[in-house]
Amino acid sequence: MLFGFEWDTTNGWTLAVSILPILLLGLWVTLKATVLGFAIAMVLGLVLAALKAAPSRLVSWPARAVSEFLRDTPLLIQLFFLYYVLPEFGLVLPAFLTGAIALGLQYSAYLSEVYRAGIEAVPRGQTEAAVALNLTPARRFSRIVVPQAIPRIVPAMGNYLVSIMKDVPVLSVVTVLEMLNVATIIGDRTFNYLVPLTMVGGLYLIMTLLAAQGVRLLDRALPKTGIPLK
Amino acid sequence: MTDPIIKFENVAKRFGDIRVLEGLDFTVNRGEKVTIIGPSGSGKSTILRILMTLEDVSDGIVWVDGTPLWHEGAAGALKPAGEAHLHKMRTKLGMVFQSFNLFPHMSILRNITEAPVQVLGLSKPDARARAMDLLEMVGLADQAGKFPHQLSGGQQQRVAIARALAMRPEILLFDEPTSALDPELVGEVQEVIRKLAEEHDLTMLLVTHEMRFAREISDRVCFIDAGAIREQGPPEDLFTNPKEARTQQFLQAVLAD
Repeated sequence: MLFGFEWDTTNGWTLAVSILPILLLGLWVTLKATVLGFAIAMVLGLVLAALKAAPSRLVSWPARAVSEFLRDTPLLIQLFFLYYVLPEFGLVLPAFLTGAIALGLQYSAYLSEVYRAGIEAVPRGQTEAAVALNLTPARRFSRIVVPQAIPRIVPAMGNYLVSIMKDVPVLSVVTVLEMLNVATIIGDRTFNYLVPLTMVGGLYLIMTLLAAQGVRLLDRALPKTGIPLK
Repeated sequence: MTDPIIKFENVAKRFGDIRVLEGLDFTVNRGEKVTIIGPSGSGKSTILRILMTLEDVSDGIVWVDGTPLWHEGAAGALKPAGEAHLHKMRTKLGMVFQSFNLFPHMSILRNITEAPVQVLGLSKPDARARAMDLLEMVGLADQAGKFPHQLSGGQQQRVAIARALAMRPEILLFDEPTSALDPELVGEVQEVIRKLAEEHDLTMLLVTHEMRFAREISDRVCFIDAGAIREQGPPEDLFTNPKEARTQQFLQAVLAD
């Protein structure tokens, strides 16, 4: 029994049906971690991108170093660090939150590169025309650059959304009861790993396909009239 | 009758070791139509880009309507201008680019109304009325609802001219406005510029390779080479009777065909 649901081990099919609600609860946690982690990454990534583009090297260099560090060290190490090391300094966070932050931190470095590439792909003449029309720096960015950068950014963002979802099982090592963790617990107790793990794989496949389709629809719905996309 | 609206005083522009402009003195009077010609890499476009605040100066002072463009503060204690000063100065200037630079994500009408609404604070109906008048003037009133990529290059450039005029600049800069166009589309853009030159008291500064066009519309033609003005004068004089050897050489080369 897990989360109040009993399993039926008569055969594989009955087991599958009986543990589906348990796995769906795990899936719910997976989705929450994905969304929270990605939200953190989107905001922090934009901050990192802005800092890396800063004219002062005193600002841009540390931002670049942080971004490089986040990208080039394994997610698992970053997660362990947040979960086991920070409490030694008195900072204790719930496992789920720690996991979401770890995901968000690592992916913020990836997304900062996506933002940077999207912004740099907007031709310089666009900003120059905006200067010539005397638009303020904020409006040049928000009304001329960003609308043209978004259609370039969305497909890459979608890939990272799928990718972050597939990294959520890493959080099982710090006791987050996401889908994989739930499945292994079921396996430990029923001595049947085949069914729960296969189901986790299947559910993951469904989720990533849905997410990819969602991104495709979003990409198609975005106005990009005449914006030259290479 | 000299009423300088633009004055370059010993201006230099360097990119690292490359000297684009060096010791440039150059004046344009109010309402004057001036064309700058010269070999590529001679610094022609840089003059316009400095005026449009797209490039700063390395040395010297640029005056626009009696105020330093790239500096602020009291005389004798000038310091580099901040964004607020540049913003104020830009209200006098407008620019038409070689590659049009229309905003691809906005309709033709939005391209023209965006800045008047955002910068000048015009109401949307007022900005729209102004835009439609200008589109009428450049002969594109029926294209208002389209997007830039649906227009030919010549039409796009005419929209770009209307967009610049919508800000009511006193000085309009044209940076090789027909260089990116197919030959058969050059005429329609030149026609619009010619009409502007004839009917408006706008100060116009044009960089071009079209010598015949320069001759037709300019009060004065300046030949620039290696970062400074080498010769200038009324088009009849400069084109038919250039004094400097370097000018003769250049004109011979470009007028050969």
